[in-house]
Amino acid sequence: MKYIDEFRDGGVAKTLAGRIASAVEPGRSYRFMEFCGGHTHAISRYGLSDLLPRNVRMVHGPGCPVCVLPIGRIDMAIDLALKQGVILCTYGDTLRVPASGGLSLMKAKARGADIRMVYSTLDALQVARGNPQREVVFLAIGFETTTPPTALAIQQAQREQLGNFSVLCCHVLTPAAIRHILQSAGLGQADTVPIDGFIGPAHVSTVIGSRPYEFVAGEYRKPVVIAGFEPLDVMQAILMLVRQVNEGRTEVENEFSRAVSREGNLKAQDRVAEVFELRREFEWRGLSVVPDSALKIRGKYAAFDAERRFSIDYRSVPDNEACECGAILRGVKRPQECRIFGTVCTPENPVGSCMVSSEGACAAHYSYGRYRGLH
Amino acid sequence: MCLALPVKVIELGAGDMAIVDLDGVRREISLALLDDVNVGDYVILHVGYALSKLDPDEAEKTLALFAGMNEAGLVTP
Amino acid sequence: MGEIKRGYVRPLDLRHGRVDLTHGSGGRAMLQLISELFARHLGNAYLGQGNDGAVLPAPVISGRPGRIVMSTDCHVVSPLFFPGGDIGCLSVHGTVNDVAVMGATPLYLAAGFTLEEGFPLADLVRIVESMAHAAREAGVPVVAGDTKVVERGKGDGVFITTTGVGVLPDDMALGGSRARPGDAVLVSGSIGDHGVAIMSKRENLAFDAPIESDTAALHRLIAAMLETRADIRCMRDPTRGGLAATLNEIAGQSGVGMMLQEKAIPVKPVVAAACELLGLDPLNVANEGKLVAICAAADAARLLAAMRVHPLGRDAAMIGEVTADDHRFVQLTTAFGGRRIVDWLAGDQLPRIC
Repeated sequence: MKYIDEFRDGGVAKTLAGRIASAVEPGRSYRFMEFCGGHTHAISRYGLSDLLPRNVRMVHGPGCPVCVLPIGRIDMAIDLALKQGVILCTYGDTLRVPASGGLSLMKAKARGADIRMVYSTLDALQVARGNPQREVVFLAIGFETTTPPTALAIQQAQREQLGNFSVLCCHVLTPAAIRHILQSAGLGQADTVPIDGFIGPAHVSTVIGSRPYEFVAGEYRKPVVIAGFEPLDVMQAILMLVRQVNEGRTEVENEFSRAVSREGNLKAQDRVAEVFELRREFEWRGLSVVPDSALKIRGKYAAFDAERRFSIDYRSVPDNEACECGAILRGVKRPQECRIFGTVCTPENPVGSCMVSSEGACAAHYSYGRYRGLH
Repeated sequence: MCLALPVKVIELGAGDMAIVDLDGVRREISLALLDDVNVGDYVILHVGYALSKLDPDEAEKTLALFAGMNEAGLVTP
Repeated sequence: MGEIKRGYVRPLDLRHGRVDLTHGSGGRAMLQLISELFARHLGNAYLGQGNDGAVLPAPVISGRPGRIVMSTDCHVVSPLFFPGGDIGCLSVHGTVNDVAVMGATPLYLAAGFTLEEGFPLADLVRIVESMAHAAREAGVPVVAGDTKVVERGKGDGVFITTTGVGVLPDDMALGGSRARPGDAVLVSGSIGDHGVAIMSKRENLAFDAPIESDTAALHRLIAAMLETRADIRCMRDPTRGGLAATLNEIAGQSGVGMMLQEKAIPVKPVVAAACELLGLDPLNVANEGKLVAICAAADAARLLAAMRVHPLGRDAAMIGEVTADDHRFVQLTTAFGGRRIVDWLAGDQLPRIC
């Protein structure tokens, strides 16, 4: 597979591993946060940690949109499907996230809710066209990568006057979350971990460009390297971060230059700006309330906003007491440090969202890496 | 969720749709988020949409970077 | 009006007719369905006995009485017809394989059909013909059967349950608890073909060269493997849950771990690409014509050579070894050089795959 296989070459991996090992200063510790869930998954799936020197530690950030979706938002989706009889279309990842009352979308489906998994908003629009007598709601989750397709779907629905289609918008923003993490660390809050640099998300960056991360380098004096999706990209990015740290530089570097520019995809950004506006604040699982970090649908498209169309209110629901997803999403704790990891909370019976999504730190560690530290 | 892949455009269709190919597997996707895509271009595919075009020159440069070439084309340690 | 022949029964309209509730009610309509459709294609001396139960000779192998191996499988695959096969041949292959991987010679099959009211008879003919063809090719007749019909909306076209019996020589003792550290882990060919063939039909993926299900009866390949007298500990067919599930099952039963080499696991490039597009890992995807074999390390090369001679084992490969591991982890060294666990997949990635 072109542009994929070359970036997974094991021989080159060894060379890069050697270069990282030579670059790190002995006795110095490096902690880098990879923000994007896709990177968390890649690191686990390819066993990247085995190729890094001991003093380089990857901290998993809250870049998994399923993991940061608060229970209350899933409850809204379940309510729509179970009590208000809509056809709820969703990406597969949200199906097993545990919500209130022992329910999940999957369990609501077992109780008779019409919940359908889709790979794309294009499919959701098809469902709406094919079921003109029913209300169809699309559960829109995701960071900036997934937002433009939702914007297009809403505009398409308006063009077609698809009166039975609406969107429950849970889109969240990456730079705001990074700022929140840095701010908490900066204010010296006890419950955070010092980060030496960030691996910037791959595909979010194709849309928003590298510019939005410049505040990280400028205001907070931390290096950022935007990395492609493949394991060699991640290793190269780690090398570049190590070098920045050693040389005392704080810049935004772009390793994923084959797909990311400074400006990003302006056409996609325009569509998003046409359809969405900022919510003043939004609750993130693990980060609590973060200002200017999420999107809502503009008044112009109110007819397609499920929150205005149906009577559903957001109620904040606290996590299970024993659940450490919050600390894990902030990189403060590792999955194995959660009391219920692997026992009460497993991929079959997830208590928190970090275990449900394959990109979640806990699921990734359980499925790929839980042999570590046991022998 | 972040699942995004570089795929090759092999056919342009009506209304922003296109057929892409990955090693012999073909799928219909939307190019509505991009301008100026031609048959033979590679795009990054995510949830049914192409998000950006892949720049083959930059891809080669990145691979060369992995191999340790610096700007002068020399291998650095 | 002309003369009407005595004993004339209007034949079933197999081209345009549909299953209705009378076909399952035990009366003449049901008998007609059985004789004009099922028996017509599946027919053999045992089925022809026409009693509530088939009387079969006592099982004998190599002239000596053997033990009986019995297995059963429910088939709910959707769609019913897919590239490379259908629910009919799948239901024969699946059960023949379950019996054969125990080291037994498959002898007879029984088949139960749950039909939905309204199911087109033309489709049922296709399925039964395919089943008959698979049974004849395998040399394993369907000796007993049953048919029930449920109301429209209460069944999904057709569900088939097959039960198979085979005979096992006394000196054969294969089992999932017999794997030992140091043993070799072998696979008979490329993985992921069946699941991807099904998914591609559901998700409208197109291919240059269509991916077909690998559904096949493996008993002759297995006979060739047993003839080598290699010390085979266990064989299993990795269906639902894929290779990952099967190896984890064996590791759990035997109380061992495994270490696989990702580069050694055969996956067709087009299957790998389809998995990328669908977000699947080939290790978790169902197979219907492949087997996993665990054998003593010293016999691996010999066994592999015998497998590769057989058309269903051309791409057989040694993919790893059994290790001592109290945690019973199945691990793999990635092509990239790192290490990770190969775990069961939580949840139903591919529902209704078999």
